[in-house]
Amino acid sequence: MTTATSSIGFAARSLKAVDLNSRVRILRNNFWTFLCVTLSFLTLIPLFSIVFLLLEKGIPLLKPSVFTQLPPAPGLAGGGFGNAIQGTAVMVGLALLFSTPLGVLSAIYLNEYSPKSRLANAVRFVAKLLTGIPSIICGVFAFSVVVLSTGTASALAGGVALAVLTLPTILLTTEQALLGVPKMLREASYGLAATKFQTIFRIVLPEAMPAIMTGIMLAVARAAGETAPVLFTAAFNQYWLKSLMQPAGSLAVLIYNFSTLPYDYQIQMAWTASLVLVALVTMTNIAAQLAFSQRRR
Amino acid sequence: MASDERTGPADHKIGKTKRGPDLFMVLTWVASVAAVATLLWILESIVTPAWPAIQQTGLSFFTSTAWDANRDRYGALPFLIGTAVSSLIALLFALPLGVFIALFLSENFLPLGIRQVIRFVVELLAAIPSVVYGLWGIAVVIPIVQQFGGYLSDSLGFIPLFSGPATGNSMITASLVLAIMVLPTITAISRTALVAVPPTLREGSYAVGATRWETIFRVLVPTAAPGIVAATILAFGRAMGETMAVAMLIGNSPRLSWSLLSPAGTLAGLLANQFGEAHGLQLSALMYAALALVVLTLFVNMAGEAVLRRAEKATAGIR
Repeated sequence: MTTATSSIGFAARSLKAVDLNSRVRILRNNFWTFLCVTLSFLTLIPLFSIVFLLLEKGIPLLKPSVFTQLPPAPGLAGGGFGNAIQGTAVMVGLALLFSTPLGVLSAIYLNEYSPKSRLANAVRFVAKLLTGIPSIICGVFAFSVVVLSTGTASALAGGVALAVLTLPTILLTTEQALLGVPKMLREASYGLAATKFQTIFRIVLPEAMPAIMTGIMLAVARAAGETAPVLFTAAFNQYWLKSLMQPAGSLAVLIYNFSTLPYDYQIQMAWTASLVLVALVTMTNIAAQLAFSQRRR
Repeated sequence: MASDERTGPADHKIGKTKRGPDLFMVLTWVASVAAVATLLWILESIVTPAWPAIQQTGLSFFTSTAWDANRDRYGALPFLIGTAVSSLIALLFALPLGVFIALFLSENFLPLGIRQVIRFVVELLAAIPSVVYGLWGIAVVIPIVQQFGGYLSDSLGFIPLFSGPATGNSMITASLVLAIMVLPTITAISRTALVAVPPTLREGSYAVGATRWETIFRVLVPTAAPGIVAATILAFGRAMGETMAVAMLIGNSPRLSWSLLSPAGTLAGLLANQFGEAHGLQLSALMYAALALVVLTLFVNMAGEAVLRRAEKATAGIR
């Protein structure tokens, strides 16, 4: 690491007569630089290891049929995880159906109607706290509210759990998005005699839309990868989902279930499902970044 | 900030049209109240089913070490300790590493391009689902721990911390993977704190003859310390609530052990494992455990946010 060892402190380099004390200081300086750079590159190892294993163990079973077929019974080979992808999509969609209107509307209240009110501060505080709540607590909530009252694990319960999980993300990113809309746009709109409602819907929301979409996509990426909230609210379903009141499979729970089975084929399939899940999540994340950068043309 | 009264829209009182109440504003108000109510609803939905267990076990729930569903006896102490210990060990690894990476990202040792690659890698680590970390841990970390743990318990087994047998599914396995999972949190918040240190402080330090690392240790890090402390607290909160990877790696044992190489359990892992098939008092006891977890994480997160807010104010004051 020649670049690392040559970068001595600014002041130390300018010393002409290097006495012993200074030499020790320079040495110490270089030691820390070396340590810092080395440790930073060490973080590459876990990521490379994960990506390498995902590709090595995930690709052999990755065929188009895994997206359309049902999971194999324990000990059997063949099949896929089409229903798990369907279940994940249905539950994430359901979650957005609940959390997007709620999050966007309260963000509008927070930023457009009364930004400094006590309620607005309470919403911001609660949203921050909700971000920090363990995801499994969202599952416990949906279990208590939906599963205990309907008597069965269901896609609906999983959707409710993921809705609670995604609400703070959508709310806080939407508030930031609205905050980013220049004030003069609103003033120009008022100057043309638009009402507050017209201004919000025709000026502010369209302008903030890319950033709001970024927030929603980040929420989707997070929700799709979460296992804990849907583990006992949606449980798992060996078959295609036909009703929202049925238990639903999901990619994340399939990975969890298969990883604990003693069969090689199932564990391989868990890796393939992981590869698909990580690819989906990463692509959604990148798409979210792109949506935001488009606004910053 | 976005609207104040003077730049609001025109009142449409011209002519005979009278302005009614702004229904859309009412709608957004209702949504805001609902967002706040969500947190209370979550707490209520946990406390109500937990009530039978709270009445039956009271505070002894937190001091008893017996978790035995067959005899309907529930004590969460092993899981409380497991949650705290696994998160603390994770921080022990992740804190120095995270702060060094944050320093690497905020200093100019290497060109910006390389630093951005590292930053991107750390952000990617945050995006990987917990269950994938669990799967990776089973395939990679467990064999490593089994091998090294075997040596360790053979040579240092007389120390309770390293007493064998090394089972693979253990406290140290879960803690190591947790450390990787909370690394992005520590790095991101610490980096923000370090970047916010005014450059004049660094220049002043160089001007009196300090080397780069003397400047870092005596000026930059102390100035950014509140932010780094906040990062640590928030990462601790995240580690406590982390469920799937831990549940897959820690062994989920209700037995207390001094050894880092033997199985343990955490509150979140307990919930993930037993919630599906629980009935009656066991379900209620699990709800009680969930309540303990939610109160703990809320408390830790509030502390973290409070420190973070103070940290932002502190560095803003220097400028």
